[in-house]
Formats: sequence, structure tokens, C-alpha cells
Amino acid sequence: MNAARRRKQRLFRWTVLVVLGVFFLLPLYAMLEFTTRAPDGRTAEVWKTLLDWRQIQEDYPDLSAGVVYSLEQAALTALLMLVLLVPTMVWVRLRLPWLRRPLEFLCLLPLTIPAIVLVVGLAPVYAWVTYFVGGSSLTLTFAYVVLVLPFAYRALDAGLSAIDVKTLSEAARSLGAGWGTVLWRVVLPNIRSAVLSAAFLSVALVLGEFTIASLLNRENLQVAINLLGKSSATISVAVSLVSLVLAFVLLFALSFVGRRRRSKEAS
Amino acid sequence: MVPFGAYVVVFLIIPTLVVVIGAFGANPEDGGGATLENIKALGNRQVVDAFVFSVSLSAGSALIGAVLGALLAYAVATAKPDGMLRRLVTSACAVLAQFGGVTLAFAFYATIGLTGFVTVYLADHYDVNIFSGGVWLFELPGLTLVYTYFQIPLMVIVFLPALDGIRPQWREAAESLGGSTWQYWRLVGGPLLAPAFLGSTLLLFANAFSAYATAAALVSQGAPIVPLQIRNALTSEVLLGQENVGKALALGMVVVVAVVMWLYALLQRRTSRWLG
Repeated sequence: MNAARRRKQRLFRWTVLVVLGVFFLLPLYAMLEFTTRAPDGRTAEVWKTLLDWRQIQEDYPDLSAGVVYSLEQAALTALLMLVLLVPTMVWVRLRLPWLRRPLEFLCLLPLTIPAIVLVVGLAPVYAWVTYFVGGSSLTLTFAYVVLVLPFAYRALDAGLSAIDVKTLSEAARSLGAGWGTVLWRVVLPNIRSAVLSAAFLSVALVLGEFTIASLLNRENLQVAINLLGKSSATISVAVSLVSLVLAFVLLFALSFVGRRRRSKEAS
Repeated sequence: MVPFGAYVVVFLIIPTLVVVIGAFGANPEDGGGATLENIKALGNRQVVDAFVFSVSLSAGSALIGAVLGALLAYAVATAKPDGMLRRLVTSACAVLAQFGGVTLAFAFYATIGLTGFVTVYLADHYDVNIFSGGVWLFELPGLTLVYTYFQIPLMVIVFLPALDGIRPQWREAAESLGGSTWQYWRLVGGPLLAPAFLGSTLLLFANAFSAYATAAALVSQGAPIVPLQIRNALTSEVLLGQENVGKALALGMVVVVAVVMWLYALLQRRTSRWLG
């Protein structure tokens, strides 16, 4: 590539990055500015409150409950998704290859069904869920697993495609391993990074979910933030900002996990 | 296999069927049975307006998001493939594309709300009132602006793989034949990327069309977009028996999104043939 073009490309790159960077960072800065407003000058009062978990529990019980619910929902969703999806995908690859297309279609289907539409259909299903296991906010996990299916499927499919599941499992079987052992000690360790990224995606999606929780009258972080926005705006804006930054740190860290695995495989 | 199948039937297939069947079901008070009344209700002035508004909002934000997102994606694609810049931008995009919702609504309240940072700053320093022509934040221009905030990142995520598929050798080949930059983009790069670009734009459209949380947190009165109308139909206590109209609205949304996603799949197939 000649030097003139490289210079032009760099100029273009930085122009785009600066312009869009301002567009994307301005609202975040505005949130910070908003939370430190005081009648005269600046205050860090909001952030002090936010650092004190006991204080939050006392002053904003809905928020602390929402945070706890969201974390539990996220963990349960990731777990349930893996328990349901990984054995199924491995089994389909090994024994029922003709089911691969239908399975893919099924898993990607939630992309074509907007969450708000899913709520409409889920309402009667959830009447039964409430009847059998109660109306806890944790039951949202069932709906969230469906929501994360497309993303989890893609991540796991990429992981499974990268290894030779068939040979590996046949080798393990011929050495006397049962199906459980094959799954747990042979397949899973080999698709670790795919499992990780599927789990992280699920967590990020669940932490940001609002539609289903709010319309089914359940509690989670986003519902709590929205509710809080009506009474104490500064706290809700601060929590929004924190959740955004935390999600970013999570995904940024994930980008390193993925790379380390890849470079190890290359060497 | 069996647990997964059972699970998907209960939480994905049954809800979908509930929507489809419910859209054609009469209210129990009217004796039940099949009816086309709910579908006819889609012809209501209000509903038609909501669909028109939703489509313009989605199309507008998808177009703006696609163009700006493609530029950003190109800026990232020409940087070092494993460098810090790319890592930062893609992580940030993944968060912003998924995390929208309530958070995003609050971010824009704080920025260009009535007492938002930019609003106040402009009023104090330049004596400019950005709302002199009315509070447009809750109308089409405002919502388009807010939606752009999650559309651009999504575009970067879905368009970047296509840009990575472009080989530098193609450009060198064009150059060695005496082609200029403009000719390269018009005759080689452009046509190669066109299906991927169109496909990504369609995906952005579907994304905006399905979005609910941002508008729900931002707009407290009225229901300009279809998802908010569904909310009204679901939670309305004034108009009983609106539930099946809600299902008809939901069915309408599914039809629109399904058509868009079908076109997307078609374009995707073409893209993978060329840039695979």
C-alpha cells in the first residue's frame, strides 16, 4: 500500500472515530454531569450512596431487589441455556444430522419474533407457570432462555464446528467412556471459549432486558431503574451509567479471553 | 434432546401459536369462535398511523445507522486486526447494540431533555433553544436520533465480517490495471459489498421495528409506535376485550419482521457466496 493512501486512510479513520466518538460519549458524559448536579456546583452525593450497598437496600429496596433478581436471572439463564442446548447440539451432530437445519431454524426463530410479541403469547403460558411454581421473578428465566437462544446457538455452533466432535466422542467411547463422561470431560473442555461467550452474551442480554419483565409485572434491574426514574432521577441515571460501564468492561475482558485461546491454538 | 424439544414447544411454539390463533379468535364474551374482527381492527386510523410511524422510524434510523455504521466499520476494518482500537470499538458496540432500552432513554433525557446537559449548555452559552420549534424529542426526529444510538453499533457488528472478507489483493489487482480509488469502489468494492450492506440495513430495520424498551421509557403519553399500542391493548383497563386486538397487532408485527428477515436471509446467502 502506498504512503499517500495510508495517510489518507488514517485521516479518514480518525475523522470518523472522533465525530462518532463525540456522538456516543456525549450522552454518557451528560449522564455523569446529571448525577453530580447540585444547586451550587458539583456533588458526589449520589455516587457515595451508590457505593454503599446497605444504604441502597434501605433507601431503594426496589433497586436492590432488582439488582439481585437480575443477577440471579442472568446466572440461571446461562446455566439452563447450556444444560438444554449443549447436549442437544452435540447429540444432533452425532446421531441425528438431518435435524441440524430444523434445530438451527428453531434456535434462530426468536430473532423474527419481537420480544413484545413473545410477551403476548407468553402471558397465558405464564399463568400456568405461576400456577405450578409460583410467581417469583426468577421464573422469567424460562422466557429469557428463549430470548438468548439465537445468540447462544451461534456461539456454540461456531465452537462445535471448530472441533471434530464425532472422532473425539468415538475415541472416548471406545475407551469405555459413557455419554456423560464424553460430554463433560471431552466435548465441554474443547469448546470452552464458545461456552464462555455464549454464557457472557446471555448474561449481557438478561441484564439489559426490560420488555418481558415489565409487561409480565416481574422485577429486574431495568424495571427497577425505570420505576426509580419517576421518583429519584439522579440515582436511576447513575445506576444506568454503572450498568453500561460494567457491561462494557465484561465484554472488553471477554475479547481478551477469546484471543488468548486462539493464539495458544496457533502456536 | 427431549427436554430441549419440550422446552421449546412450551416457551416458544405455544406462545407463537397463542398469538396466531388469538389474532383470529373472538372474545369469550361474544361467544368465542373464529373471527376476522381483530384483523379488521388493524384498519383503524390509530393502528394504521402507528404502523406508518413505526415503519418510518425504523426505516429512517436503519438508513442513517447503516451509512454511519458502515463508515465506522470501515474505519475499524482498516486498523490493526488485533489492535486495541478494534477491540475497544467492537466491545463498545456489542454493549450499546444490546443494552439500549431504559438506560438509553435516560441517557438522552440527561443529554437533550428539557434540563439536559446539551440543552442547558446551548441555552446558557449560545442562547440557543433547541426546543424552540416544540419538544421534538418525543416525536419522529427525536426518536430517530435516539434509535440511531443503538443502530450504528449494530451495523458495525453485522457489517464488519463482510468488510473483513474484502481481500487487499483485489485492490492491488485493480490498481495494477490502472484503476483509481473511485473506480475500485464503484466497480469492485461497491458491488461486492452491496448485498451485505442491504442485508445489514434490513436487519437494522427489523431491530428498530421490534424495539420496545427505549420508547416505553421515553414516551409516557400516547402510543405512536406499534409495540406501545400492543402494551396499551394488553394493559388497557378501560377497553376490555382488547386482548385479541393486541394479538392481531402482534401478528402484524411478526409478518413485517418475518418478511424483512426472509429478504435478509436471501441477501446473506449471496454475500456468503462472494465474500465467504
